[in-house]
Amino acid sequence: MADFMADHLLHRLYRLQEKHRHIPFQLMVEVARESGLPVSQVAAVVNFYSFFYQQPVGRYHLLFSNCTSCGYQAGEVNLLALLRQQLSIVPGQTRTDGVVSVDETSCIGMCDHGPSMLVNGAPIVNLDEDRIRQLCGLIAAEQSLDRWPADWFRINNHIRKPGLLLNAPLQSGGSLSKALAGDAQRMLESIVQSGLRGRGGAGFATGKKWLFCREAEGDARYVVCNADEGEPGTFKDRVLLQCHADALFEGMTLCAYGIGAKKGFLYLRGEYRYLLGHLQTVLRRRYDSGLLGASILGQAGFSFDIELVVGAGAYICGEESALIESLEGKPGIPRIRPPFPVTHGYLGCPTVVNNVETFIAAAHIVQDGSDGFGAVGTEKSPGSKLLSVSGDCRTPGIYEYPYGASIQQVLDDCGATQVQAVQIGGPAGSLLAKKDFNRRISFEDVSTGGSFLIFGEYRDLLSINRNFARFFAHESCGFCTPCRVGTRLLENSIGKIADGRATWRDVDEIKQLSRIVSRYSHCGLGHTAANHILDSVRHFPGHIQNVLAQQAFTPAFDLDAALETARQLTQRDDADAHLE
Amino acid sequence: MTQLKDTIFIDGKAIGFTEGQTIMDAALSAQVYIPHLCHYPGLTPSGNCRLCVVEADGRMVAACTTAAREGQQVSNNTAELSAARKAITQMLFVEGNHICPSCEKSGNCKLQAMGYYLGMLEEHYPQFNPHRALDASHPDIFLDRGRCILCGLCVRSSHDVDKKNVFAIAGRGADARLIVNTVSGKLGDSNLDVGDLAANICPVGAIMFKEHGYVTPIGERIYDRQKISDVALNEHVLEQKGDKAR
Repeated sequence: MADFMADHLLHRLYRLQEKHRHIPFQLMVEVARESGLPVSQVAAVVNFYSFFYQQPVGRYHLLFSNCTSCGYQAGEVNLLALLRQQLSIVPGQTRTDGVVSVDETSCIGMCDHGPSMLVNGAPIVNLDEDRIRQLCGLIAAEQSLDRWPADWFRINNHIRKPGLLLNAPLQSGGSLSKALAGDAQRMLESIVQSGLRGRGGAGFATGKKWLFCREAEGDARYVVCNADEGEPGTFKDRVLLQCHADALFEGMTLCAYGIGAKKGFLYLRGEYRYLLGHLQTVLRRRYDSGLLGASILGQAGFSFDIELVVGAGAYICGEESALIESLEGKPGIPRIRPPFPVTHGYLGCPTVVNNVETFIAAAHIVQDGSDGFGAVGTEKSPGSKLLSVSGDCRTPGIYEYPYGASIQQVLDDCGATQVQAVQIGGPAGSLLAKKDFNRRISFEDVSTGGSFLIFGEYRDLLSINRNFARFFAHESCGFCTPCRVGTRLLENSIGKIADGRATWRDVDEIKQLSRIVSRYSHCGLGHTAANHILDSVRHFPGHIQNVLAQQAFTPAFDLDAALETARQLTQRDDADAHLE
Repeated sequence: MTQLKDTIFIDGKAIGFTEGQTIMDAALSAQVYIPHLCHYPGLTPSGNCRLCVVEADGRMVAACTTAAREGQQVSNNTAELSAARKAITQMLFVEGNHICPSCEKSGNCKLQAMGYYLGMLEEHYPQFNPHRALDASHPDIFLDRGRCILCGLCVRSSHDVDKKNVFAIAGRGADARLIVNTVSGKLGDSNLDVGDLAANICPVGAIMFKEHGYVTPIGERIYDRQKISDVALNEHVLEQKGDKAR
């Protein structure tokens, strides 16, 4: 396994997708036979992940982000519409000559680089009208990607404000040798002592999780790093993987030492596939230095291997039990919890799943001691937090603050003026208005996995709601009724409101629907999918009020528009073929 | 309040349970009905339909997948839960193509019976009108995905009881579909048999027998005679399998 990637089902399907530009049913049958899996499981996986296709995509396959910060509508011009017109193409369909296909995709984590897209999986950034026109020219000339301007592919780290973690680079192997000098129990206690809580957003005490896992019964134990950051607006793991991969692997190895694991996985979101080469280089170096593999740092009996698994476009795989399902070669459907992964995780064995930032913080704690860590932040939220700041501000990028920093401080530091609202924690988080800008980033006040989206005064918030509602409908795994159906209904309802076709009844309706989706769904995706709508209704009632039709009832759909197909079929467009 | 050992309280009523039982198990053993569609006693619970969501010690949980715990206070029959259950049933109706007046399952259909039980008088939400493929390739059984509610009962029955693994659910979000585990993807190439639990357990009109039209007249069918809340108290896969094997 020279490249640290096993023959995982997702990897096998990825290779087929690359080779054939789609995965027809015949190939699924073949994969199933070769890997001894039921055809239905392979088909379910192909159907589940966005980056696998059953119809051929073009030789140039463009996936434009639809995030509010790195998407095609992040600027003033709709760049997808421009692309569509320039290439004479319908999004979602491959052009008949087979050269090009265009579609949209959820946030690709390039929010500090303006409008961005994936071209055959590789991110290109800072798109504007000029670049789109040039790009269309390159495609028309069928120019190969390695001859496209290199700076389009250049991704910067944009670390604007380093703090506790980013200011103090770790020495490779430093914390590990310190841990190995003592026993595992003592190391775990120092993590507990530090008060470190998971940085993914939920904030479970890391030390406690590791202790539980150590104590859980099982034949094997696993360490899993969740590098599937898919919350629109977050990109701090991208930067950490680029700049601090060594510290991350060290943190994972410390965890392995603490809980007695021999095997770990880094689950990388498919959008960050371009980071693979770099991660493999860092892993190779760590193996060569005796920091991974058998007898780590000469300690007989302590072996640990890390494997890389790359996802294929599914936000839900950021949920830890869905991630484990994906690791096991299945669709990312969240499991029933309890039992939690810490006792029944990968292959039913005790498993620690932590965020990239959490493992890095753990490595810092072991190297520098828990006191320094606890001295920063608030009582209930010790340490620092990396924020991915983007949207309407002068300097988008990574900002590291001690927990307890106010929203206003972040806005001041990134040069955001005339701010109407901020969305913290991504679409699943909280939409806050000016009166709340004195609130603080912490587990006890405004909690976030890292996404910090800024919306200036000119922004149409209802279009933001519409964007988010669409995101959840697209990313719902489909397992449970309230989320599968409810997110789609929410998308339609918010569309009706944003289009000015709604009345106050629709607002009552969307509130009730939001309540059902958030209270009755199976997992966190459904629980949080309506937050942005309820926040909008609560904090920005005027925006909705302004667009409501002043009548008692309006139909769910535009009756006249619904007749369009009939008009086309009968080739009529006269007055009698319209309702009014 | 004195807490009895191995007792939970559903809407204030004390109900005994044994170790390992879920809230649903305990309720059904005590002849207390908690609405459900994707659960069938004797099969591993899934928790996908969400009709059985109850409030247990202040948390919203699926009764079919949540372990009963000593002293647990469960709210089941409340106005909020009934309203939500009705809304969820309406969601299932609009998501598929449910053609009650012309459906052979009418009267024996649990989705329809649930609608009656919850006082559902309209579908409320806009119809999705999905295009979902029909599969009539099997000599005795047809599959109308338009009427499927994705409960997965056939999937679990076929995998766990029949040991044939004929069905699976594939696709994400609103694109989720029942698929057949054969190299053609067709039901006709599977070894599904009319006596299989998977062929009989469908709560709706998605998996139906061919050439069995209106043997029992409308008006004399299961839910024409009894409420779903009574029928559901006496169901178990063992009986189902015995009854329907032909």
